[in-house]
Amino acid sequence: MSLLNQNLKEIHSKLHDKELSVLELVEDTFRAISERDGRIGAYLTLNEEGAKSTARRLDDKLSSGGQRGLLFGLPAAIKDNIVTEGIRTTCASQFLSNFNPVYDATVVRKLRDADAVTIGKLNMDEFAMGGSNENSSFHPVHNPWDLERVPGGSSGGSAAAVAAGEAYFALGSDTGGSIRQPASYCGVVGLKPTYGLVSRFGLVAFASSLDQIGPVTKNVEDAAYVLQSIAGYDNMDSTSANVEIPDYLSALTGDVKGLRVAVPKEYMGEGVDATVKEKVEAALKELESMGAIIEEVSLPHTEYAVAAYYLLASSEASSNLARFDGVRYGVRAGQSGNLLDLYHESRSQGFGPEVKRRIMLGTYALSSGYYDAFYLKAQKARTLIKRDFDQVFEKYDVIIGPTAPTTAFKLGAQVDDPLTMYLNDILTIPVSLAGVPAISVPCGFADGLPVGLQIIGKAFDERTVLRVAGAFEQNTEYHKQKPNL
Amino acid sequence: MSITNQDVQHVAKLARLNLSAEEEQMFTEQLNAILQYAEKLNELDTDGVEPTTHVLPVSNVMREDVERESLPIEKVMLNAPEEEDGQFKVPAVLE
Amino acid sequence: MSSSKYETVIGLEVHVELRTHSKIFCGCSTEFGAPPNTHTCPICLGHPGVLPVLNKQAVEYAIKAAMAINCEIADVSKFDRKNYFYPDSPKAYQISQYDQPIGQNGWIDIEVDGKTKRIGITRLHLEEDAGKLTHIDGGYASLVDFNRVGTPLVEIVSEPDISSPEEARAYLEKMRAIMQYCEVSDVKMEEGSMRCDANISIRPYGQKEFGTRAELKNMNSFRGVQKGLEYEEFRQAEILDEGGVVVQETRRWDEAQGKTLTMRGKEEAHDYRYFPDPDLVKVYIDEEWKNRIRETIPELPDARKERYTSEYGLPSYDAEVITSSKPIADLFEDSLKYTKDAKSVSNWIMGELLGYLNSNNLEFSEVKMTGQGLGEMIGLIEKGTISTKIAKTVFKEMLESGKLPQKIVEEKGLVQISDEGAIKAIVEQVVAANPQSVEDYKAGKQKAIGFLVGQVMKESRGKANPAIVNKLLEEVLMQ
Repeated sequence: MSLLNQNLKEIHSKLHDKELSVLELVEDTFRAISERDGRIGAYLTLNEEGAKSTARRLDDKLSSGGQRGLLFGLPAAIKDNIVTEGIRTTCASQFLSNFNPVYDATVVRKLRDADAVTIGKLNMDEFAMGGSNENSSFHPVHNPWDLERVPGGSSGGSAAAVAAGEAYFALGSDTGGSIRQPASYCGVVGLKPTYGLVSRFGLVAFASSLDQIGPVTKNVEDAAYVLQSIAGYDNMDSTSANVEIPDYLSALTGDVKGLRVAVPKEYMGEGVDATVKEKVEAALKELESMGAIIEEVSLPHTEYAVAAYYLLASSEASSNLARFDGVRYGVRAGQSGNLLDLYHESRSQGFGPEVKRRIMLGTYALSSGYYDAFYLKAQKARTLIKRDFDQVFEKYDVIIGPTAPTTAFKLGAQVDDPLTMYLNDILTIPVSLAGVPAISVPCGFADGLPVGLQIIGKAFDERTVLRVAGAFEQNTEYHKQKPNL
Repeated sequence: MSITNQDVQHVAKLARLNLSAEEEQMFTEQLNAILQYAEKLNELDTDGVEPTTHVLPVSNVMREDVERESLPIEKVMLNAPEEEDGQFKVPAVLE
Repeated sequence: MSSSKYETVIGLEVHVELRTHSKIFCGCSTEFGAPPNTHTCPICLGHPGVLPVLNKQAVEYAIKAAMAINCEIADVSKFDRKNYFYPDSPKAYQISQYDQPIGQNGWIDIEVDGKTKRIGITRLHLEEDAGKLTHIDGGYASLVDFNRVGTPLVEIVSEPDISSPEEARAYLEKMRAIMQYCEVSDVKMEEGSMRCDANISIRPYGQKEFGTRAELKNMNSFRGVQKGLEYEEFRQAEILDEGGVVVQETRRWDEAQGKTLTMRGKEEAHDYRYFPDPDLVKVYIDEEWKNRIRETIPELPDARKERYTSEYGLPSYDAEVITSSKPIADLFEDSLKYTKDAKSVSNWIMGELLGYLNSNNLEFSEVKMTGQGLGEMIGLIEKGTISTKIAKTVFKEMLESGKLPQKIVEEKGLVQISDEGAIKAIVEQVVAANPQSVEDYKAGKQKAIGFLVGQVMKESRGKANPAIVNKLLEEVLMQ
């Protein structure tokens, strides 16, 4: 059994008692990666030398009795759209296949301050665009529970690495469900914080008004630990919220008595698999038996969320990805021609089809004559969607539903139909548009595949989200099940 | 509203993308499907609804006018596809 | 202009770099002239993952500039992305302002041929500057330097109220003076901290619709703006005269050839796809903030000019010229702390100073003379310590060394000789040496005394007090 299967407190107490060293933990992680990642494909770049040298430094610190960070010694893997100085950062794109960042993202700095060890960079859908990880331009990721199936996306590598025991925890990014949906497919915990809680500085932008970094972990307690370490105001990010960061760990009381839970009828309608619905209903019963008050509500604008999201996210992306022009970094092509050839060739060869599709969509939506009809209209729809949440949160503490309408699908099943693929995100996208926090926790298995429960909270009320998720987890065993690799 | 192949060509030019004939056809069809779906938004009455650019009510985020150290030139040029005399080299701007 | 059938319509877009220490969205220095790319960081290089954070000083300078040109200041302003690909634009979008600029609906007054005209200002907005391209390999390649990228700029767009190249130049000079008085910019056209593009069209007198306009770029000096517009006026009139049609296009002023040339490669219609920058938040400018900035606006050129004519009695033209440059106007006022003779100060500035700058092709900042120096020098003339002629030598020395006149006079032994005994000796010597002139004078040729005065001055190496020389010469010749 891998050392990583222990929980944080066990690892920390063993490190403290010298029964385990950080180096052993790190070496064990690389052993797990070399044993399994050929089948999973979660990693794009390994930081073996760097991780070992960090491990030795931390072991020295341990023996000299230095102050230990919250994530001391824990092997962390980072989604490859979060820049790491000196460690190749590709966004799973051919365009950045040679890109060596010259600075660290704020979250990377914060992980280092918390004494975590960066193991490597994780596979993803190219530039975080996709929901299956099949849009990685290097290789797909396989779901540890069924290697023929997708891990979800775009943080598929993050979810798969944690599920397969190839990292103690991972960081992912979520724009329209990119942490929660793969967490759901891979049977792990994935938290998308409130927009603005975690700095975006160093997160390669997909859709700036939606992107958030968050933890992917084995359990809710770990999610609280990681969030505690990465949350906080950053003066390098103008959209970062200047709010006091509460103690997330103390939120895990296990108690949900009297808590008011809203279940949107739109989240349990047709389009959601019966097996998924069944598991979610069972989870709601469980919470009810623990003392929560469950009531049905409506989020009437849910059906407009996907359309609004794809217009907004693609428009922002079309501008955000314009900087990949082959002038200052990245893989340059079309060198022999003039400047226009260089631009066209570098971008056409560097980007995969989904990225091109979204750039095309966004460019069209922003182009003259269409701005009002598409972008502005979508921003207004966003206002209405956010109001739905505001109204429900006047009366309820959390909103609960499934994370995704289905369990993990087979590789190749949906690649030819972008619209169907986009509709997989129908339950996570409204939350992203509203900017509120949400977690996905395992709530059972359907035909051997994990099902995720989505718990949505008020803005900056991650404590309640974690409290409900933690209480549910304490009363269930789903998170303890491991895929058979 | 329906997108033609010409529209797709124009957008590709704006976005600095080359499309093969197959890609052009595929994108024309797919963008039409997506935009047709997006027309759903026209069902919404958004008169008097403020657009949301930021979900957070944050404003007036500014820094003081203080200089910070720039990157050393080696790091500026670390990823340069082509460099000359500490500058980025590109082919002729005009044709 | 080839014929006077046409009326010219000009609108100017002026870019003014703000003199912040750091760039608008990152902490890199804005200093001019550093080695290429040494004032860059991941943010201004547009590396993946970076985010902009707005420089407060840039916003305050922009508000101040907008107030100084009589704009209404926005209560809420925001930033938008202007999307276009060009190697000098690292993000392939420029952060600018689209529909909520800092200031709108302003005006400035200009004076041409003694007449005052009000030119409307459509808007003033804040944006980031681009990098710099150098063409090499015979134009087959370019090098990109990103030092300038991210320098804060205000773009000031005028109404099409300008009717001639002279007015355009006057507008620019006034704009420069205002920005200089506000101390928001160095406004040096030669360093590019002030730049100008123009839209120009002509139409037959009486026609309501505007003619087709050309956008004119690359005019790097006040003179260039005027010359470029004059050429363009001529070119368009010729086309119309021949029954042709002016094409809407972007043209470049070529200083060396003295003509405007069409710019190739810009044929593609612009579609900048502006949208609000999601990385930046709105800026609310409340009354308190506005008032605080308004209080920092100094007396502006028009007000000074008015004061110089009413308080010091300067001719309107002199007052206009002196106030068109803040440091020169400051010199004028500093001088008046040391002398009461404003007209004399003005004359020295208008004549000797501007003449010196012109003939040596210098900026005022390159000369060292102080107001104290000029004021005290005029005092020395009044006291008779130096003659006006010697003062010109002193003046030149002050320009070059910045020394005070008393010191220059002492060091160079330039003190005027007013000692009658000493002068009388020279006079007698000159009279003795020039009997013919003495004869002529005595024969009634009044001009001859001029020659004798000249000889005395020459003998004294210009130091003899001319009044005393005249008096003594007459005395000696009467004997």
